Amino acid sequence: MIRNLMILAHQGKQFIPDLTSASVPGIFRGRPVISREVINEQQLASLCPTAAIAVNPLSIDMGRCTFCGECAFAFPGKISFTTDYKIASNERDALIIREGDDRPVLLNAGLIRKEISEFFSGSLKLRQVSAGADNSCEMELNACGNVNFDMGRFGIEFVASPRHADGIVITGAISEHMAEPLQICYDATPEPKIIILAGIDAISGGIFEGSPALNRSFLDKYKIDLYVPGNPVHPLSFINGILELIKVRKKS
Amino acid sequence: MLNYISVKNNQCIPFSSIPVLEYEQFLDYNTSLVKEESNHCVNYYGIRKQGKIVLICCIASDADGLIHISSTEVKPEVQLESFTARHLAFHIFEREIHENFGISYIDHPWLKPLRFPFNSFDKSSGIANYPFYKIESEELHEVGVGPIHAGVIEPGHFRFICNGEQILHLEIQLGFQHRGIENLFLEKKTLLQRTTLAENIAGDTVAGHTTAFVNLWESLCNFSPEADLQFARTLALELERIAIHTGGLSAMCTDVAYQLGSSVFGRLRTPIVNYFQIWGGNRLAKGLLRAGKTNFPFDKVLEEKLQTVFNEYKPDFDEMCKETFSLPSVLGRFEKTGVVTKEQALLTGAVGMTARSSGVNKDIRASHPHDYYQLSEHLPVIKKHGDVFSRAQIRREEIKQSIEHIRKLLESIPDENKKRQELNPPSSDSFVLSLVEGWRGEICHCAITDENGELTHYKVKDPSLHNWLSLALAVRNNEISDFPICNKSFDLSYCGNDL
Ligand code: SF4
Repeated sequence: MIRNLMILAHQGKQFIPDLTSASVPGIFRGRPVISREVINEQQLASLCPTAAIAVNPLSIDMGRCTFCGECAFAFPGKISFTTDYKIASNERDALIIREGDDRPVLLNAGLIRKEISEFFSGSLKLRQVSAGADNSCEMELNACGNVNFDMGRFGIEFVASPRHADGIVITGAISEHMAEPLQICYDATPEPKIIILAGIDAISGGIFEGSPALNRSFLDKYKIDLYVPGNPVHPLSFINGILELIKVRKKS
Repeated sequence: MLNYISVKNNQCIPFSSIPVLEYEQFLDYNTSLVKEESNHCVNYYGIRKQGKIVLICCIASDADGLIHISSTEVKPEVQLESFTARHLAFHIFEREIHENFGISYIDHPWLKPLRFPFNSFDKSSGIANYPFYKIESEELHEVGVGPIHAGVIEPGHFRFICNGEQILHLEIQLGFQHRGIENLFLEKKTLLQRTTLAENIAGDTVAGHTTAFVNLWESLCNFSPEADLQFARTLALELERIAIHTGGLSAMCTDVAYQLGSSVFGRLRTPIVNYFQIWGGNRLAKGLLRAGKTNFPFDKVLEEKLQTVFNEYKPDFDEMCKETFSLPSVLGRFEKTGVVTKEQALLTGAVGMTARSSGVNKDIRASHPHDYYQLSEHLPVIKKHGDVFSRAQIRREEIKQSIEHIRKLLESIPDENKKRQELNPPSSDSFVLSLVEGWRGEICHCAITDENGELTHYKVKDPSLHNWLSLALAVRNNEISDFPICNKSFDLSYCGNDL
């Protein structure tokens, strides 16, 4: 027991005090910025592995971008990545960064259902469904609950059963074999419930887009409450996205 | 004519130089090779060729660092004598061949589906109505778990047959994560797309699978990676091992309800994955490794930061290990739980950490070294008992060993080659095989090109493919409540199996 307490003492404080303003170490590639420099746009767009870059006007879709950074290495004056990890939104279109844009990605408050802040602002229990994923987003979602990120401090937790959950978090490109289990899990979650897509595989299929082994029809049926880009999602992107979604907003 | 062609790891050869044997001879030759304990099958698979199936078998010989490759051609409608009847380790490969092409075997013990691929020969059998093995009995009961599990983990179905609390039999059905990766390697045409695919095979083994891919690709393009590229790959592999093993110890503590161990090991993983972000911008090393180039040259500044990470990690890690590995409540759950005997490990063809925990000396870093492993001697950590405790201990010791390896690497950091040659296009009509010891074990990628140098076949083998059967055997006669800790102690990949 004494030794356990000593270990505890040696650990000191490990939690990140303010998750909304923490800075990330190193060269994290978060929200991209596209300058107005004139370059060969076709060449730029064609190098992207997941067709995240569109031309006329030039844009990067963070719902498809693997954040590999290759575009920025090839055209350093044109594309740069900021360390801004607050890249989640409830609007698919808000993930698309256009030439000249350099402002925070926001949630569209008007689209957030009233019940979300009413029921979930103090406590949100989530059921995670890994569907055609590679276990990278799963590891990062687990990290959200570790002592560093400690998402539990906001009452946000992953639970074992969909019946205890207020919503589901989908990772992966949604394989044909997971389409039915995903549907069953969603149906078993009581109303009101939310759907979060974590990672670009879930949002767009990522590098797996178009594979005949996928079945993404689930996504056509429901409104998505939050898109969190990343490959994998960074814990800070995930936690901040959820906090924005469930926070109590003043009535205007 | 020889029965086989012997190659080194990452040696590119003309596809036509692989001898084509009669099936009988092919069977005799390969199954006799693996009678030797130091020989093991690293890949055995089929490709379609003008209505026939070409079977390619790759047996690695640990004694001399060679891989013996042979092939045969069969018609899909034939019935064959199985390799598996002679050596069980082939079971998984023949199940895959059966599932993909419909080849049947007269004496294969169980042609259980592997992953229900979208292009399987039998479209009528589906994962949803898979008939699990049953025992008729009044006393026994079944427990089904999955595909969705209680934690934030990947999907797979476990079906237990229990006598009270005791597990008599576990059947594991995988395939839920199947994304059709091997096919996508052919569909996606650019090098960056294929590298991205390799990075996304298994997100916990990014360095492992990407190293296998880039080494293979460079060999196809007749490019010898310079010291700085080899250095980065070796460093990334060892860092990945430290990160995942640390996370593994955390999860194992969680599963035996040792909260302090769970928290401390969990937070010790953070600086290691953050280091990947400092170096390459991604916590799991996606984007870090590239064929024929590097975007993130390693330098003195990075070296200093890494030394600091280790200096802070090491005392806390040692302190936590000392406590965990002597705590009766942990030992009581770890020791003699989930045993895989050496005989079982050899029989089932276990690889990597799982094999080494059961006394089997298998480690590609020592037997078929690539990159910087060629320059220094690697002595695999071997444990004897094959229980959960051995698999925990191996993590502890391999972490220490990896830190030592890295500290040695850091003594002489190669300069970045600023005048690197562009990659040539891939060679035509070629075959190449790449082996890497990932943190979980032996990874094998194989590629074949056509007369224009285009990929016509790409094969991925994750070490989990061999090891899932070890888990099924390990839990027999254990309490079902020990299943989570057993499962975590192997820490196998679902997506690596399902592809
Ligand atoms: S960073 Fe994103 S947009 Fe740029 S090349 Fe990579 S995937 Fe494409």
